[in-house]
Amino acid sequence: MTLFAAFQAQHLVRLSTIDTIIVVFYFALVLAIGFYLRNRAKTGEDFFMAGRDMTAWVAGLSFLSANLGALELMGWAGSAYQYGILATHWYWIGAIPAMLFLALVMMPFYYISKTHSVPGYLKLRFGEPARALSAVSFGFMTVLMSGVNMFAMAKVLQIVLGWDINVSIWLSAGTVAVYVALGGLRSAIFNEVLQFFLIWAGVLLIPILGLHEAGGWSNLKIQIAHRASEQYVHLWSGLGSFTGNPMGIHWTGIVFGLGAIISMGYWTTDFLVVQRILAAKDIRSAEMAPIIGAGFKMLVPLIVILPGLLGLAVLPMQLVPESVATVTGAHSYNDVLPLMLARYCGPGLLGLGITALIAGFMSGMAGNVTAFTTVWTYDIYRPLINSKGTDHHYVKMGRWTTVIGVLISVGTAYLVMQFASIMDYVQALFSFFIAPLFGTVVLGMLWKRATGPGGFWGLLLGTASSISMWAWVKMDPSALRYVAMSPHAKTLAQDMYQALWSFLVCVTVTVVVSLATKPKTDSELHGLVYGLTEVPSVGNVPIYQKPHFWAGVVVVIFFVLNIYFW
Amino acid sequence: MVSIWFFIGIALLVDGVLIFGAGMYELWHPPAHPVVLFSLHAPIWWGGLLAVIGAIYCLKFKPKHS
Repeated sequence: MTLFAAFQAQHLVRLSTIDTIIVVFYFALVLAIGFYLRNRAKTGEDFFMAGRDMTAWVAGLSFLSANLGALELMGWAGSAYQYGILATHWYWIGAIPAMLFLALVMMPFYYISKTHSVPGYLKLRFGEPARALSAVSFGFMTVLMSGVNMFAMAKVLQIVLGWDINVSIWLSAGTVAVYVALGGLRSAIFNEVLQFFLIWAGVLLIPILGLHEAGGWSNLKIQIAHRASEQYVHLWSGLGSFTGNPMGIHWTGIVFGLGAIISMGYWTTDFLVVQRILAAKDIRSAEMAPIIGAGFKMLVPLIVILPGLLGLAVLPMQLVPESVATVTGAHSYNDVLPLMLARYCGPGLLGLGITALIAGFMSGMAGNVTAFTTVWTYDIYRPLINSKGTDHHYVKMGRWTTVIGVLISVGTAYLVMQFASIMDYVQALFSFFIAPLFGTVVLGMLWKRATGPGGFWGLLLGTASSISMWAWVKMDPSALRYVAMSPHAKTLAQDMYQALWSFLVCVTVTVVVSLATKPKTDSELHGLVYGLTEVPSVGNVPIYQKPHFWAGVVVVIFFVLNIYFW
Repeated sequence: MVSIWFFIGIALLVDGVLIFGAGMYELWHPPAHPVVLFSLHAPIWWGGLLAVIGAIYCLKFKPKHS
C-alpha cells in the first residue's frame, strides 16, 4: 500500500486504502492463476494452443477481451467525446460482419488445417516465402506494439494516479512475463476472461449513473445537441458528405474501408485475436466463439461510447486535443473516462475502475506476447533456425521467448519515452500489414487458382503500397485529396481509404501473378480451400445450439441498432 | 482443473465485499467531498450485487475433489 501511495503525486484521482487493496488483490490473483496453471503447460499444444480445449464461451470472451484493452477503452471514449456516436461504427459495422465472416466462412479452414497460427496457414496454402514475410512482419510489429502500449499505460497511470512511469512499466511487464511464461496461452486466456468481467464490473456504473444524471437518453441527446451538434448522436444520417459529420468521412469509407477491409483484416487475420479461437475444443466451439464475441461486442459501446457522450453533456470543463492539453495543462479527450470514473466513483468503486483499466492494459500486453511467442517459435525458429528440436525444446523456447519478448517491449517503451514520435509511426506501421494480409488469406481460402508466388507478391506489394501512400501523405499533406478522396479527411478517414487501396493492390497482384504461374493440384489444396474441402458438420444439435442460428440473431440485432441510431 | 469461472467468482466476491463495506462505512461517515450522485449510495448496491454474483459463481464452480 505504501509502495503505491509513495508514487502518487500530481494526478487526476487519488486512491484510498480500500482502492489500493483492490488493485493489489488483482495483481495477486493473476499471479496465482499463472502459478496454478504452470503444470498445465508442459507440451507444445498446451503452452502455445492452451491444449485446444477451450469452450466456446471462454474462447469467445477471450477473443473479445484481447481487443478490449484500456487504451481501446480510453481512446474510444475520447473519440466519442470528440466525434460523437460515429465512433460506434468501430464496434458495429467495424467488427460484427467481420466476426461473423470469421465464424462461418474462415474458421472451418483455420480449424481443419490444424495450423498453430495465421502465418502457419499461409505456409500450407502459399508456401514458405509468404509465411516468412508475414511471420517476420507480425512478430516484429507485435513486440513493438506491446512496447508502445506499455509506455502508453505507464503514461496514463502517471496522469491518472501519479504513479512513477518506471514502476508501472516494470511492475506490469514483470507480472505479465511471470504468468505467461508459467502458464502459456491458457494463463493468458484465463486472465483475459477475468479482465472481461472486471471491465464490465468497473465501468458499467458510469453509463448507469451518467444517464440518471443526464435525465435519460432523450435528455442526453438534447444536451449534446446544445453543447456540440445534433450530428453527434446520429450514426449514418451525416455520412452523405465529407463535411456533414464531425469525423470528415463519407459512408463509402465506413462501409468499404472500415467494414469490408480494415475490420475484416483485423478480426480474421490478426493472429493476436485469431489465436484465441484456434484454442477452441471443437469445430462448433470454434464457430460459436466469434459469434459470442460479436454479441458482446455490440454491447461494448455502452461502456465506451456512452461515457464519452455523457462526458460531453455533464462534465463542467471543455476537453481539448492531446496537443493542446500538453501545452495548456487542460484535460484531453482521452481523459474523459477517468474523469467520469472520478465523478461517480468513491472509495472501492474507484479501485475497481482503476483495476479494470490496469487489467485491460496487462491482458492486451499478454495477448501480444503470447501471439509473438507462438509465431516466433513455430513460424520463424522451427522452420528457419532449428527444425529438429523436441516438443520439450520448443516449449522451453516459448518460455524464454515470452521473457525476451517482454524485455524487448520494455526496451521499446523506453525508446518511445525518449522519442515520442515513434509511437505514431509504430501504430501506423501496424495498420500497413492488416489489409493486404486479409486479401492474401481470403483469396487463399476462397479461390483455388491462387498460387504461392501470387500470394507472396500480392502480400508484399499490397503492404508496400500501403506504406507508400502513408509516406506520400506524410511528405505532401495535399496528397490526402487523392488517397482519401477529400482534402477534409481526418486521420481515421485516411486509414480507411489507405486500407481499401492496399487491399485492392494485393488482390490485383495476387490474381495477375497467379494466372501467370502454375496452379497447385486439387489434392494439394484439400483442407485449405473452399470447394475442395468438406467442412465438418457441427453435429446433430438443436437449432438453438447451431452457429448459423445465433449468427442470424446477431445480424438482426445489428440492423435494429443501426436503424435505431440512424 | 479449477474452472476459470471459479477464479472470476473469487474476484467478484472479494471486490464486491470490499466495495460494499466501503459503501457502508461511507453511510455512517459521509465524506467531506462526496462524489456526484452520492445520495444513491452506488457502492452499497453495486458492491452487494457483485458479491452475490461472485458467491454464486464460487458455489457453482467450486473445485471438486475426485
